[in-house]
Amino acid sequence: MTTKFTTPQSVIIGADQLDRLIKALSGLGYQVIGPKLEDDAVQLLPLTGADELPLGVVEEQAPGTYRLKPAKTPAYFDFTHGAHTWKQYLFPPKEKLWSASKTPKGLVIDDSMDTPKYAFIGVRACELAALGVQDQVFVDGEFASTPYKERRERVFIVALNCRRSGGTCFCVSQNTGPNVKDGYDLALTEITDKAGHRFVVEVGSSRGEEFLAKLETSQANDTDLKVAKKAVKKAAKSQDRTMPANTADILLRNQESTHWQDVAKRCLDCGNCTFVCPTCFCSTTTDETNLDGDTASRWRQWDSCFTLDFSYIHGGSIRRDGAERYRQWISHKLTHWHDQFGVSGCVGCGRCITWCPVGIDITEEVKALAKGK
Amino acid sequence: MSAKAKTDPMVPELMSISVRRKELADTFTIELDPGKAGFEFLPGQFNMLYAFGVGEVPISISGDPAEPESLVHTIRDVGAVTNALSKMKKGDQVGVRGPFGSCWPVGEAEGSDVVIVAGGIGLAPLRPAIDHILTNRSKYGRFVILYGARSPEDILYMNQLQKWRGRLDTYVDVTVDHAGRDWAGNVGVVTRLIGRANFDPRHTKVMICGPEIMMRFTIKELNQIGVSKEDIYVSMERNMKCAIGHCGHCQFGGHFVCKDGPVFSYARIESLLQVRGL
Ligand SMILES: Cc1cc2nc3c(=O)[nH]c(=O)nc-3n(C[C@H](O)[C@H](O)[C@H](O)COP(=O)(O)OP(=O)(O)OC[C@H]3O[C@@H](n4cnc5c(N)ncnc54)[C@H](O)[C@@H]3O)c2cc1C
Ligand code: SF4
Ligand code: SF4
Ligand code: FES
Repeated sequence: MTTKFTTPQSVIIGADQLDRLIKALSGLGYQVIGPKLEDDAVQLLPLTGADELPLGVVEEQAPGTYRLKPAKTPAYFDFTHGAHTWKQYLFPPKEKLWSASKTPKGLVIDDSMDTPKYAFIGVRACELAALGVQDQVFVDGEFASTPYKERRERVFIVALNCRRSGGTCFCVSQNTGPNVKDGYDLALTEITDKAGHRFVVEVGSSRGEEFLAKLETSQANDTDLKVAKKAVKKAAKSQDRTMPANTADILLRNQESTHWQDVAKRCLDCGNCTFVCPTCFCSTTTDETNLDGDTASRWRQWDSCFTLDFSYIHGGSIRRDGAERYRQWISHKLTHWHDQFGVSGCVGCGRCITWCPVGIDITEEVKALAKGK
Repeated sequence: MSAKAKTDPMVPELMSISVRRKELADTFTIELDPGKAGFEFLPGQFNMLYAFGVGEVPISISGDPAEPESLVHTIRDVGAVTNALSKMKKGDQVGVRGPFGSCWPVGEAEGSDVVIVAGGIGLAPLRPAIDHILTNRSKYGRFVILYGARSPEDILYMNQLQKWRGRLDTYVDVTVDHAGRDWAGNVGVVTRLIGRANFDPRHTKVMICGPEIMMRFTIKELNQIGVSKEDIYVSMERNMKCAIGHCGHCQFGGHFVCKDGPVFSYARIESLLQVRGL
């Protein structure tokens, strides 16, 4: 039986409680994952305490550019997302599906698996939307992926309202952020003002409510809430990138545009955009056999529609040139996704723009197509 | 924390080969034993077949749907996995997932004429439809089977084609692309057989399977003689890694060929077929 969860009032926790939050989650058996500095970027990695969180760091993002720099305010979460996405934990880049062993009685299949219990710290609104999109692919259809579903059901989500937008963000235009709506256990909004470094905490589930008892909380007052709200509004206002409202249609009408050749001249077919995208779900399977040839395992591994192999069938690939492959990627994301899942495949996180080595901007390509370029 | 994922749709069931038969130089048939429960499927559906350590590929079910006690697949050896399957013997185990996908419109076709157009190995996915129609022959109007192969040596299911041809209630016509002098039959593309077959273009369902180019020409010819797009069905081929809508490989416009197809009415995919490289 499910009881409807009614949101209690927001509370305040001091910044010092963040460490307690991480440790308490670990204590409950969660593997805590959150932002950490590594290789000059914010990555999503296992955390043991708040001292590992990047403090006072922001980043500069632009097409093809990502650079960290010190922030004016010592906040925990004023950077936005890097190349990592939460999907790498729920839908890992490489995962064993099962293995088969030869025995005197014939083949025996082993499909046992480990299902880690994750707690995600700092899931942004666009990323929550992306999790919802991947749920539709892996859980909500005719067939559900058991490993994905089990990991997904267990994950504890500490979401985050952004009070600063990254340079390539356009979640406002995709209607996914910057404020989180639902799908979390707890949601934080950071405040750094004269009254102190603290977080407004909203509760999104009974699990979250129960957990909150482990932290020192105080009642949030009107000023706290106003400050938090204003900061998120400011982040929304600062976004200047937009996706045209009739994008699905623009692409459909321009399947044979010469503009695809123009993009193909710039695109390197590297597939970066597909790997950093939090909604891209394509995968391939690979087979490995142990040295004595007695056990063979099947693996699922991320794949990208930018490779020639992706569409290979006996006699040759379907999408032979880069123009066809870029068209496939963007048309799937922005048009066909609506047919398949009733939503756009783009949550406006801007990663594909930032991490494209040649700075191809998905929003600009749509606009160029609309102009019939 | 370890959990058992018995029901995961990516995990195959193991079945033993009960019969292995050579069909053509590069084509063979395996019959698998699905056990007591049998293997129910609809004509046109396919399975994912796994060869130990090599991989898994989509293969249509080509047996008679009225005989679910044997699971039949006819396979052309073209690459890594199909080659590994070709080397298997009676008693060897194959991993099976399925059945997947949409089916030929054998239900909707009741009451009208039916035309089957097959090219090469494309006859295999159509055989369950042919079997079904012949079992329920009185429910259909005229029944036409047109088949094209590369050469006389490449004609699949020769014995059965002859048996079907021997029936008074079925019209069978076969052609080959190239032939030596001892071939007394037709030479030329399969589309040439359409004009001389007797059926009512306005009350017929056409089911086509073969190379994409052959399907395109067949559709063109059918349109010219007045068969409507809604009455033409084709089976599409795309790379497939999962067959359950998860891997993305089989996408064709907004469709997943593995679950929305492989059988589509031409009306549904006409605009997609007109664009190169979708
Ligand atoms: C719905 C469907 C039904 C099919 N039914 C039959 C059938 O009844 N009999 C038959 O002989 N063949 C059938 N095929 C084609 C068969 O799947 C390919 O010949 C087979 O995948 C080739 O794999 P391979 O490893 O032997 O070849 P390789 O050339 O080594 O292929 C490498 C990989 O490319 C992919 N691939 C290559 N060719 C195809 C192809 N034509 N279609 C899809 N993926 C491909 C596969 O993932 C394969 O593992 C069907 C294909 C589809 C999509
Ligand atoms: S398409 Fe680009 S902007 Fe949209 S969700 Fe994917 S990575 Fe983010
Ligand atoms: S658009 Fe950019 S990131 Fe994507 S494949 Fe092309 S070059 Fe790589
Ligand atoms: S074969 Fe994987 S999505 Fe269709």
